[in-house]
Amino acid sequence: MATLIKERRIAADNWQLLERDEAGAPLALPAWGEVIVPLATWLERRGELLARPGRLGVWLDANEQPEPIAGDLDRFAVIAVNFPKFGDGRGYSTARLLRERYGFKGELRAIGDVLYDHLYFLEQCGFDAFALREDQDAQHALSAFDTFSDGYQTSALRPMPLFRRRLAAAKP
Amino acid sequence: MHHLERTGSLPIMYIYEEIDQKLVDERVAQFRDQTRRFLAGKLSEEEFRALRLRNGLYIQRYAPMLRIAIPYGLLSAKQLRKLAHITRKYDRGYGHFSTRQNLQINWPQLKDVPDILGELATVQMHAIQTSGNSFRNVTTDHFADVARDEIVDSFAWCEIIRQWSTFHPEFSYLPRKFKIAVNGAESDRAAVAVHDIGLHAVRDASGEVGFKVLVGGGLGRTPMVGYVIREFLPWKHLLTYLEAILRVYNLLGRRDNIHKARIKILVKERGQDRFRKEVDAEWAQLKDGPSTLTAEEVARIENRFARPAYTALPATDPRLDAALASNRAFASWHARNVSPHKRTGYAAVTLSLKKTGVPPGDVTADQMDAIADLADRYSYGELRVSHEQNLIFADVQLTDLYALWQQARALGLATPNLGLLTNIVCCPGGDFCSLANAKSIPVAEAIQRRFDDLDYLHDIGELDLNISGCMNACGHHHVGHIGILGVDKNGEEWYQIEIGGNQGEIRPGVTASLGKAIGPSFARAEVPDVIERLIECYLGRRESDAERFIDVVRRIGIEPFKESVYGNADQRAAHRRGQLAAA
Repeated sequence: MATLIKERRIAADNWQLLERDEAGAPLALPAWGEVIVPLATWLERRGELLARPGRLGVWLDANEQPEPIAGDLDRFAVIAVNFPKFGDGRGYSTARLLRERYGFKGELRAIGDVLYDHLYFLEQCGFDAFALREDQDAQHALSAFDTFSDGYQTSALRPMPLFRRRLAAAKP
Repeated sequence: MHHLERTGSLPIMYIYEEIDQKLVDERVAQFRDQTRRFLAGKLSEEEFRALRLRNGLYIQRYAPMLRIAIPYGLLSAKQLRKLAHITRKYDRGYGHFSTRQNLQINWPQLKDVPDILGELATVQMHAIQTSGNSFRNVTTDHFADVARDEIVDSFAWCEIIRQWSTFHPEFSYLPRKFKIAVNGAESDRAAVAVHDIGLHAVRDASGEVGFKVLVGGGLGRTPMVGYVIREFLPWKHLLTYLEAILRVYNLLGRRDNIHKARIKILVKERGQDRFRKEVDAEWAQLKDGPSTLTAEEVARIENRFARPAYTALPATDPRLDAALASNRAFASWHARNVSPHKRTGYAAVTLSLKKTGVPPGDVTADQMDAIADLADRYSYGELRVSHEQNLIFADVQLTDLYALWQQARALGLATPNLGLLTNIVCCPGGDFCSLANAKSIPVAEAIQRRFDDLDYLHDIGELDLNISGCMNACGHHHVGHIGILGVDKNGEEWYQIEIGGNQGEIRPGVTASLGKAIGPSFARAEVPDVIERLIECYLGRRESDAERFIDVVRRIGIEPFKESVYGNADQRAAHRRGQLAAA
């Protein structure tokens, strides 16, 4: 079981991630408990999912963009974005869109090939939870968030680019 | 060492702020930790590969290769001395200036690379994002800030883009590498049409600065000339617009096939209009947002650049005129390698790294030190690396040209071949690179030896000859007036010849174009003969001395050249049969 880091702490993970059935068969929803369902499941079984007790999460694969859920963000306690390979960088944009364009305030979780060396930039893009790949050292991973002390650009964590922050600081 | 430095003068050079230095230092610490974990077996080959590449480190044919960034080709004498020191201490005492205006060293030890990066950081240098699927070194005109046809000083814009593209969190893992070029002058000396994004500075009717934005150009195995996605982008929108392009690319660019992952393929598959609409839709969300540039910020960056203390000088120098009249070798070098300067009494000098017998772009550590001394003495301690793999002293006083020429000649750096056939652009090829299908350096040398007669070279006139050892096209063969591509045929090295390529609109009206192959490929020994036949065809067909090889190809097409190389159709069939028999 992957270790979860949430808000820079090792956290217990009570969510159940429902994998997508590649054959297209409907997933068996557990009768109770908090689940993170594939986007397709949410789109197909919205009513059923909303009628379920407890909190709900949805996960987007690397090739899925947030527009289809943009109107429903407040229904999700968790949105997870999958990284099938750490080098597939689409999820970084997806996270920024969810945070900055659509204003998602809940837990934004990176899942899949989530490794120490990418945590810093993932967090900058708006992820606040990281389901580390199983072989990753969670204690060590906590130090990744301090890799760089600042950045030039805007990001989910730094809505103003460095040059504007510098300018604001210089003005009385 | 004795330096006659011009007192109180600084090279044109962006001076780091505290935060610039801090980020580079933090990067060194990060890579030191990553290397340590890799050597301790805690990072897999594949995981480390992605991390080392974004620090310029390849594992090459014989050893690692480290590509050191030279942002927009601008280098100080102090930095060059540091590079000389690094090649001596960690490598074999030489380096290779690449077509991306960077420096590559071919023999470092993996364990030493963090120390090398640490040493670079002490002179405000690094190897950040010189490889991998990330933003690469932004390149520009090597005559920026001195060219007479200047529209804007492109260095400041390059630095703005450098900062924006360094460790951009969202674009950590683009589908593929991404190259941006900026041209700030009328003539395009930055080859903007063959970059993922090309920015050509323009002024609108009111005099406001903006950029013509080209997208989707590039060389490699699917060469394309970029298209104009926006005719005029006001300067303040530069970063939001770039961000919009990059976001569309990051989300939609292909990731299933490395050979189809560049933005040019995305543009081609979606079509220019649709791609423009998608970028515009994204830009509508970002435009006028916090990344919108301000006049204060642009001025701040411009002011972070140190400037030489230019002096008022006469427009001519009688001693220079006398030397030109009496010394033919000097006059010939002056005619080719000295370029006009926007300030009276100054000139820009190109030190040729294309001496016959020396791999194009290669410099020894001793030469680097000597060049640094010359730069201190004659060019305010500053130099530039051109994408044609030469070095430029941009600020030389006319009175110093003769002395500089004498000293450069003693160092083997005064070959008077700038713009001529022997100024060959060439990748390291099969001698060094593990990707190469064929060697490229021996081909360059054989051609240089064949065309060693200077009078003949000058008679042939301006001609770009580019060589790549494989279809990755690091030698930019597609945009050579003559391009040579190494290909593999059943394990043997063969060479395909293209003509008609052009790197960009250096001369008005002669736009960027990609060369066309003239026919079946040749064995290495045949290449100089083929080039000679192409040149003979050109000389026989040109209408005046002013008409260059590329102009003739444009006027008459490639057919006459084909015929001069392969003969008529019957002879061609015989040639092919001969080749088949040989294979």
